[in-house]
Amino acid sequence: MALTAAFVSAGMVLAGCGGSDDGGSDSKSAGGTSPGEGKAGCEQLTQFGDLTGKKVHVYTTIVAPEDQSQKDSYKLFTTCTGATVEYEGSKEMEAQILVRAQSGNLPDIAYLPQPGLLNTLVTQTSTVKEAPKTVSDNVDKWWGEDWKGYGSVDGKFYAAPLGANVKSFVWYSPKMFADNGWKVPQTWDELMALSDQIAAKGIKPWCAGAESGEATGWPLTDWLEDALLRTAGADTYDQWIKHDIPFNDPKIAEALDKVGAILKNDKYVNGGIGDVKSIATTAFQQGGLPILDGKCAMHRQASFYAANWPKGTTVAEDGQVFAFYLPTVDPSKGKPVEGGGEFVAAFNDKPETVAFQTYLSSDVWANEKAKATPGGGWVSANKGLDPNNLVSPIDKLSATTLADPEAVFRFDASDLMPAEVGTNSFWKQMVAWITGQDTKKTLDNIESSWPS
Amino acid sequence: MTVIDAPLEKLEAASETSRNELSNRWASMGALIIAVLWTVPTAGLLVTSFRPEDDINSSGWWNVITHPSFTFDNYKAVLGGSQYSLTDFFVNSFVITIPAVIIPISIATMAAYAFAWMSFPLKNTLFILIFALQIVPIQVTMIPLLKLYVDLGLAGNDAPGGGFYTIWLSHSVFALPLAIYLLHNFMMEIPGELVESARVDGAGHVQIFMRLIVPLMVPAIAAFAILQFLWVWNDLLVALVFGGGSLDISPLTVALANLSGTRGADWYLLSAGAFVSLVVPLAVFLGLQRFFVRGLLAGSVKG
Repeated sequence: MALTAAFVSAGMVLAGCGGSDDGGSDSKSAGGTSPGEGKAGCEQLTQFGDLTGKKVHVYTTIVAPEDQSQKDSYKLFTTCTGATVEYEGSKEMEAQILVRAQSGNLPDIAYLPQPGLLNTLVTQTSTVKEAPKTVSDNVDKWWGEDWKGYGSVDGKFYAAPLGANVKSFVWYSPKMFADNGWKVPQTWDELMALSDQIAAKGIKPWCAGAESGEATGWPLTDWLEDALLRTAGADTYDQWIKHDIPFNDPKIAEALDKVGAILKNDKYVNGGIGDVKSIATTAFQQGGLPILDGKCAMHRQASFYAANWPKGTTVAEDGQVFAFYLPTVDPSKGKPVEGGGEFVAAFNDKPETVAFQTYLSSDVWANEKAKATPGGGWVSANKGLDPNNLVSPIDKLSATTLADPEAVFRFDASDLMPAEVGTNSFWKQMVAWITGQDTKKTLDNIESSWPS
Repeated sequence: MTVIDAPLEKLEAASETSRNELSNRWASMGALIIAVLWTVPTAGLLVTSFRPEDDINSSGWWNVITHPSFTFDNYKAVLGGSQYSLTDFFVNSFVITIPAVIIPISIATMAAYAFAWMSFPLKNTLFILIFALQIVPIQVTMIPLLKLYVDLGLAGNDAPGGGFYTIWLSHSVFALPLAIYLLHNFMMEIPGELVESARVDGAGHVQIFMRLIVPLMVPAIAAFAILQFLWVWNDLLVALVFGGGSLDISPLTVALANLSGTRGADWYLLSAGAFVSLVVPLAVFLGLQRFFVRGLLAGSVKG
């Protein structure tokens, strides 16, 4: 022990020579003339003054290869302010950000993939700074109330939304549909009728995969959430998340049985893979691939599944694969859209941090990012995003789905529930459900795991 | 030397019987089966790393028997691809691992000598304390230790040395209790007469340590060095927690964890990545395994 202590103090001597130079002032502008003065797209950023030489450290879950388009989209920021962005992507970020917050080793900005994580950071570590006025004004202008709500905790607005994804999609093969004369269904009943029609041809219409390492089961939670939004509506969905109604409410059971009518039906699944139980052991990345071989017709998965098709697959309305909106039960009640996204949390209010937050929440960035993503696979709910800047057809479809005036957007429920449920019992019980456990027991078990 | 002769004879007799028992036909066959079963997953991983992306995604590695098709594309993507390039992280792994092996071993050897052959107040209490430190799980120490580093200015965005100090320090701190304990036990096996006679001949502690103890300790030091090398090389947690702040100083393991892409779409690269990171520990182990076996025996068999 003495030796350990001696060693630590030796480390202190080593560290003695390293000074810190971040004596940033709290004022919004760093003074001086902004390098972006008079340049197009820099209008919002010139107020922060000359930030040349300053660095903004960003910590995200977005890693290679998807990180390149992020980095490319920051070039305009550097042109406008002179500050550079240090990008750190890690798939372990969601766990590490809490460790860093508790020990004070924080980045300037973090992209949080779940509102629940923002909630934890705000309530347990109080390290997140409230969003500055420039950011909050941008969000009021470019995003809907629902999105602003997901970036708020206890009525205070902290984090502006960044990217988005649409989960209410069903992937299919346009060619296979055309060859067989199948039509994209517009209602849930049509969807079921189509499934029967396909099954009658000797093809199992649905394929799915729920295996995803320690998060195994999440694709099934998305199924239930999507179904609930359609059978019971957005208000019930909100009550369910807040636990105003119990997890095993009859309405939830009804939705889960609706999912069961598809996923637990041996005539319907698991196309090209195996029987019902094979859903639990098939990697979610592979769940939809049988569509390419014509062994499966439909695969419900989010817009980001586009990256999982093998290289060379054409993802387009007239290509090998594409997606349609998962139809609702009663189209007259609006179009429920389930999705996810990231939120930009800042841990200090240095001018360069605030400038970067402002940039990310602007329509300028959304369009820059769209242009910087030639391969597709990115979309935002920012209303200022011009769909024509998006390259891939699936991104355009996502953008139009999000921007649809009839769309009722709701965030992935498991990301909003307490961690004990959202990232634990909900996943695990859904796996138990698909491997044979009945609906009642499944929902009862999740209900009993809800923290009081 | 009669003190240690007797147990040695007994040992040899015991190893003779076990050799006879283990070398009959059935035992050999059993060992062979276990060895094959044990190697199958690794062999599968190796085969997978040479298969094209589509094949990896659609069928198991055993299909190469009927549909052989191999490619170096995965290795090219992992090593030279503009997006991943494990090569940089390879260098980082060495920069992290080598000091993180040398520092604790040099300190632990000296400390073990002090505990074994010197007398000073509270010696036993201190030794028990060090022994007890092994019980502390490293996960418990992470946040307080990182807090300490932040307070000292060692961690964070402007950390000196790019942040390597915290990783070296942490690995050393976590290795020391076990290292001191193991090396101390080994040192106690050295006959006291040897040290006594050196002292009678006029050697001081430094001379005894450098010219008598260290040469005798080489197998044990090498054994522990291998153990520590493998642990540090394969470590992800310490690098993530204490190396946090920049990917510039991250080791291979961190890059491997990110290799499959944000949503795991590129998981077919993992097998190739795993083999890239596996080469070095394998070489170290094969090169030094002689010491490893000897060192382990030295620590475990007591007369």
